[in-house]
This record gives sequence, C-alpha cells and structure tokens, in this order.
Amino acid sequence: MIDLNVKEYVKATSLEEAYELLMCDPLNQIIGGGAWMKMSTNKEINTLIDLGDLDLQYITSDKEAFHIGAYATLHDIEVFEELSEYYDGILTKAIKEIMGMGIRNLATIGGSVMGKYAFSDLFGVLLALDATLVFYQQKEMSIRAFLETKKVKEDILLEVMIPKKNARGFFKKVKRTALDFAIINICVLKGDDVEIVVGARPSIAKRAVKTSAFLKGKKITDEVLEEAMKILEEELSFSDNIRGSKEYRLDLVKVYVKRGIKEVVSS
Amino acid sequence: MKVSIIINDYQKEFEVDPGEYLLDTLRNHHYTSVKRGCDNSTCGACTVLLDGKPVPSCSLLTVKANGHNITTVEGIQEEASSLSKHFGHEGADQCGYCNPSLALTVHAMRRELINPSDEDIKQYLVGNLCRCTGYEAQHRATKSYLEEIK
Repeated sequence: MIDLNVKEYVKATSLEEAYELLMCDPLNQIIGGGAWMKMSTNKEINTLIDLGDLDLQYITSDKEAFHIGAYATLHDIEVFEELSEYYDGILTKAIKEIMGMGIRNLATIGGSVMGKYAFSDLFGVLLALDATLVFYQQKEMSIRAFLETKKVKEDILLEVMIPKKNARGFFKKVKRTALDFAIINICVLKGDDVEIVVGARPSIAKRAVKTSAFLKGKKITDEVLEEAMKILEEELSFSDNIRGSKEYRLDLVKVYVKRGIKEVVSS
Repeated sequence: MKVSIIINDYQKEFEVDPGEYLLDTLRNHHYTSVKRGCDNSTCGACTVLLDGKPVPSCSLLTVKANGHNITTVEGIQEEASSLSKHFGHEGADQCGYCNPSLALTVHAMRRELINPSDEDIKQYLVGNLCRCTGYEAQHRATKSYLEEIK
C-alpha cells in the first residue's frame, strides 16, 4: 500500500475559504477526484481542500462554447452527448481511452488539468481545441499559456471552456493494453488550418507549430506529408521510457500524424 | 476524523485518518468482498458503487465518501445471485476474486445503458481484470444475464 500522510481534510464552504487555505501553507493542496493521488510524488499534505460543495460539477453549452466545471468527472464529459457532435467527437474519444469506467467516475477534469500529467490523453485535444481555463484569481488563461507557467499552483481552477468550432478531428492513442498509459497520443484538427499535437512523447503534449505553418494553404500530397514529417521530427523531441523507445515513438508519430492529416482534410 | 457513510442502506460511522482509502476502511470493518488487487486503480477488484457508479475504492479517500451511498456486492445479493448462475453456466469464473467487482459493474451498467451492444459491454467492463477466464465467457454470461432480465 502507498502511504499518504494527510494531516487535515477540509470541505470548503466558499472559494474564499478554499483560496485562503491554499495560500496559507505550501503543503496544503486541493483535491479533485483524488484518482491520481497515489501516483503523486507528494505524499506529505497538511490540509486537503475539497471543493465538492461548491457546485463545480457541471457541463453546459451555449452558442460559443462548452463550459465544463472543474469537478465534472471524465465520465460526465464522456456521456455529454453534444460534445460528441463536435470535432468528430475527439474529446469523447480521448476520454473513452483513459483507463476503465471506475477511474473515469472518480477523475475530474480539474484534477487532470492541474496535475499537468505528461501521460495525459486530454491535453492533446484541449491544446488543439485551444481551450481556455478559468481560474479564481487569474481569471481566464489559455491552456497553451497554462502549460508554459508554474504560477497556477497558487490558484483554483474553476472551469475549462472549449470553443465550439467547425472542425474535423482525429485522435489516436497507442497503448499496449486497454488500461495502459499511452506510448504516444496524437491529435490532428482541421479548422481554418491544420493543428497537430503530440503527447506522451513521453513528456507533456506539445503543438507542432512549424509543421502546421508549413502545411498552411498547401494541397496535401504524399510528398508534402513527407516534408512535413521532417519538420515535425525537427521541432518535437522524443525520448525513451518503459513504454517505448524514442525511435519507436517517432515511427508511430509519422504514421499516425500523416493518417490523421489525410483523414481530416478529406471530404 | 469521523465520517458517516451509508453502506448497503445502513448508516455507518467510522473514525478514519484523512489519508485513509475506502478500501482499507471497508476491509478493516469486515466488508471483505471488496478485494485488494493492484492497489493502484488498475485491476478493478476493489470496485464499489459510489452513489450507484462504479469506482475503485483503493483510490477513493474515505473522507470523500462521507455522506454518500456505498454499495458492495452484499448490497445487491439478489442480482449477484442471478448473475452468478449465468457465470456458472458459461464457465465464466474460476478463482472468483474478480466476481464481486464484476457483479457491481454489471449492476451499474444495467442501470446506465439501455440495450448495450457488445462493444458497449466491453467498454464498460474494461476496468475489471480477470486472470482466469480470458473474458469471453464473462462476456457471454453478462449478455445472457442482460437478456434474461430484459
């Protein structure tokens, strides 16, 4: 059994209280679903702060965007039907690939985002869709900026906002077994331009910005794709871990990114 | 700290450590149908229903269950008994270690999905590992059980 040393647990009655608690001690921590806590290296926690009474478990949709409360579980998102109608359902597809139903009933989108887990299957899709994170103090921040900063550990995530876009989407997770983390995950989105994001490299998901720029306005042919893969190889780094070698990851990426681009530009 | 949890329709109170997981609390209080397997959210042997939804109790802090309903296989005895006949008929269990969690997950699936397809069933049960049966017999048993109770 993995020991978790928690001195105190508080179910916050307001965001003010939660924020004060979070700021008063670096060993205080907000808990989402708690599903990934066993994988955390931080086992010493003074106060665990639960936001479960603050009405953050919601998913709504308006003309412009989907609004997903930080305490919505992955399964809540998975069964929100309207989401599967956008971007070829890539967010739903990505979530269905995350472990089993039990974990998806526990894990929240807030916990999944704030953990910045390199193995995450969510980040690729959220980056490609240019999601916005809504924080208690810093208000709105793009997920792209979020991945570049460390400051958000001192804030409370309230909502993930996903813009409604008329776009085609492709998502692929390569894994050894149904329950395993990704060897690699790939998201390709075609709105005005082609957006490519590769995650579990094994470092965290990253956009292939130069590759996307190269593809802008070009007719997709095998020659163009081969050239694009050379740029992608230059701009994204890959390395070895227990799930796969650098070379294997790169081979997978070239195959699936090309396949994804062909799929999203067709029809 | 003190927590109050409704377990199988009975109100229970426990004194727990804030970092204690529900699996430990339940087993320490003799709910031994809840099995310890991988202890890291992978195998599903420790599955219980949290307000009707399957969750791995090895990864749910007991304090998070405070004020909620928890169901173990003892709470669905009639349905588990009926399901076990189909398991027996299809040769779908050997050691039985995964059966309580599987019965709970099938119970939850039955309530959540209407007429699930083969793929729906596989997707729903993917978090329940079984080292004995190879899953095909379990799949057939689950399907015949769902057919019977339609």
